[in-house]
Amino acid sequence: MRPVYLDNNATTRVDPAAVAAMLPFFTEQFGNASSMHAFGASVGGALKTARRQLQELLGAEHDHEIVYTSGGTESDNTAILSALETQVGRSEVITSVVEHPAILALCDWLEKHKGVTVHRIPVDAKGRLDVEAYRKALGPKTAIVSIMWANNETGTLFPVERLAEMAHEAGALFHTDAVQAVGKLPIDLKSTEIDMLSLSGHKLHGPKGIGALYVRKGVRLRPMIRGGHQERGRRAGTENAPAIIGLGKAAELALAHMSDEQTRVKALRDRLEQGLLQRIGNSFVTGDTDHRLPNTANVAFEFIEGEAILLLLNRAGIAASSGSACTSGSLEPSHVLRAMKVPYTAAHGAIRFSFSRENGEEDVDRVLEVMPGIIANLRSLSPFWKDKGAAKAAADTAFNPTYA
Amino acid sequence: MWEYSEKVQDYFYNPKNAGVMENASGIGDVGAISCGDALRLMIKVDPATDVITDAKFQTFGCGSAIASSSALTELIIGKTIDEALKLTNQDIADFLGGLPPEKMHCSVMGYEALRAAVANYRGEAWEDDHEEGALVCKCFGVDEGMIERAVRNNALTTLEQVTHFTKAGGSCATCIEGIEEVLAKTNAAMVAEGLLDAAEAFDPSQALRAVRRPKTGKSPLAIKLEPVARPKLTNLQRIRLIEEAIEGLRPFLRQDGGDCELVDVEGDRVLVKLSGACIGCQMASVTVNGVQERLIEKLGQPLRVIPV
Repeated sequence: MRPVYLDNNATTRVDPAAVAAMLPFFTEQFGNASSMHAFGASVGGALKTARRQLQELLGAEHDHEIVYTSGGTESDNTAILSALETQVGRSEVITSVVEHPAILALCDWLEKHKGVTVHRIPVDAKGRLDVEAYRKALGPKTAIVSIMWANNETGTLFPVERLAEMAHEAGALFHTDAVQAVGKLPIDLKSTEIDMLSLSGHKLHGPKGIGALYVRKGVRLRPMIRGGHQERGRRAGTENAPAIIGLGKAAELALAHMSDEQTRVKALRDRLEQGLLQRIGNSFVTGDTDHRLPNTANVAFEFIEGEAILLLLNRAGIAASSGSACTSGSLEPSHVLRAMKVPYTAAHGAIRFSFSRENGEEDVDRVLEVMPGIIANLRSLSPFWKDKGAAKAAADTAFNPTYA
Repeated sequence: MWEYSEKVQDYFYNPKNAGVMENASGIGDVGAISCGDALRLMIKVDPATDVITDAKFQTFGCGSAIASSSALTELIIGKTIDEALKLTNQDIADFLGGLPPEKMHCSVMGYEALRAAVANYRGEAWEDDHEEGALVCKCFGVDEGMIERAVRNNALTTLEQVTHFTKAGGSCATCIEGIEEVLAKTNAAMVAEGLLDAAEAFDPSQALRAVRRPKTGKSPLAIKLEPVARPKLTNLQRIRLIEEAIEGLRPFLRQDGGDCELVDVEGDRVLVKLSGACIGCQMASVTVNGVQERLIEKLGQPLRVIPV
């Protein structure tokens, strides 16, 4: 049976057309784009095309606003470190509590070792940013704001265009980690005030190891990696030509499939979500269901643990993911769900299904077929579960472990 | 994805003795939903013989938590309470063909649930001294709490001592900065409490210095040096030195329930006998390498330690 891949927020399959576009650049067209001979020239031309393809997906005004990097993490790090250097006299960073570790771990380090003040803006139960707290945090010391466009776990969208305007009112730069948004949402950067944006190739059916940082014309950028003159001196190191070209093709395809993502893929997600809630009690959808990515469903199943669910799903040929503690090796469940105050009883059992244009109706059918059995099976093993859904939370007096 | 042994997978997919037991003689509840795992163990005990005649479990947790719980019930059924209490969490892990280091706490949960259930059966109160911190050393599954306790109880002040006492950092060494952080923090707290002289405390600035390292191999580009003349040892002196070195290591091995004795020395081959918990331990080869390194250091001669 064909496996069901519903973990596209983790990574996507490289589109065969992108692979085909890349292949010649490993073999006959192996030149270094910087070289002064024909080997280099043909690669240089292909890079130019790839940059324009990505520019179009982002709606950027100029193609030189794109700086290629090794991926989303490098883009995020570059943006924040650069802003702290260029925004002289400003030493504060504003971000949200639900960012990706690429932002949060960097901010923790800046706070601990570099004397940077970090404001982490909370979210409400639906994962929506506390805009009032954001307004209050902005000030004359703010160097940069970094707020994600879409949350990777719940798909919740943040009003980044408005947030960027607010940042500018305070004289601060605005960066967005749009790794999950690019390719899934129509984006037109030239009509926004966003200064910098991070994206990653492998989230939109492009190759791994390539990403980009969009830097609006006029915004100062201090490179994180110094060396050669590549990327107009903003990111040194020989261009990863095959990957840049693969990302270009992937961007073109993402743009071509944008309406499919917004309609058919969204309908698949909605059918899965509704079907699961109908079939399985004590479960609910997390995140802001009115404003979220079309491809992401995050469903919490109470009183069971996510890794166990994933192992059983995997045995049924279904790939999904969870924010459960056990899958990451830490003891705390997902920081995103905890920030949304999802109770532990549910946060441990939250499963993320993330679709792509490669999914079809049969994938939804398969999950709906096996999921009720898996959940019932694990609940029958759980000491927190009582018959007929009459379970109570951890405060249940019937199950009373010695340590808490 | 975790690398689970086939037996772990089998005990997760087809758990034995899962479910509720009516009229259990003893019930042990451990864990908490906030930690992501919790286990209820129910045992039936024959009061005449003290034999555990049946056991059942309910577990909230990951694959290895469910497998560990099921393995625990299989291990204790048919044993007397005293026999069952001799089981360690390592026995549960071994029964399952090993657990990933991040998952060893699942077997610890089983070990504790048994104690809790027995205490409940005997009408005693059961106090749990279990605590968990961030996992620092992944190779040996050593968490922050364990390092802190070792540092406090033994007034440790160097990274090497921490490694000797807890094994943390003794394998891949990528976590040594993390260990040093815990060590510095704990030492600072001990100084503040008057338990340690400030001059003795671990000084992170000293740990950062690069030092010359003994060569393990020969670079083809290395400049040829005359061998350093060392006083030649008689056979008797060598064996005594080897014996002394092994004696020095035994307390650390015994702490983990293992042991090591010298059997014979044949040229550069040192034959040793591992016993206790070292037998069947996945880390036995690491232990042997550690003993070998210590002997080479002490004798200044290449040696091979071979377990027999």
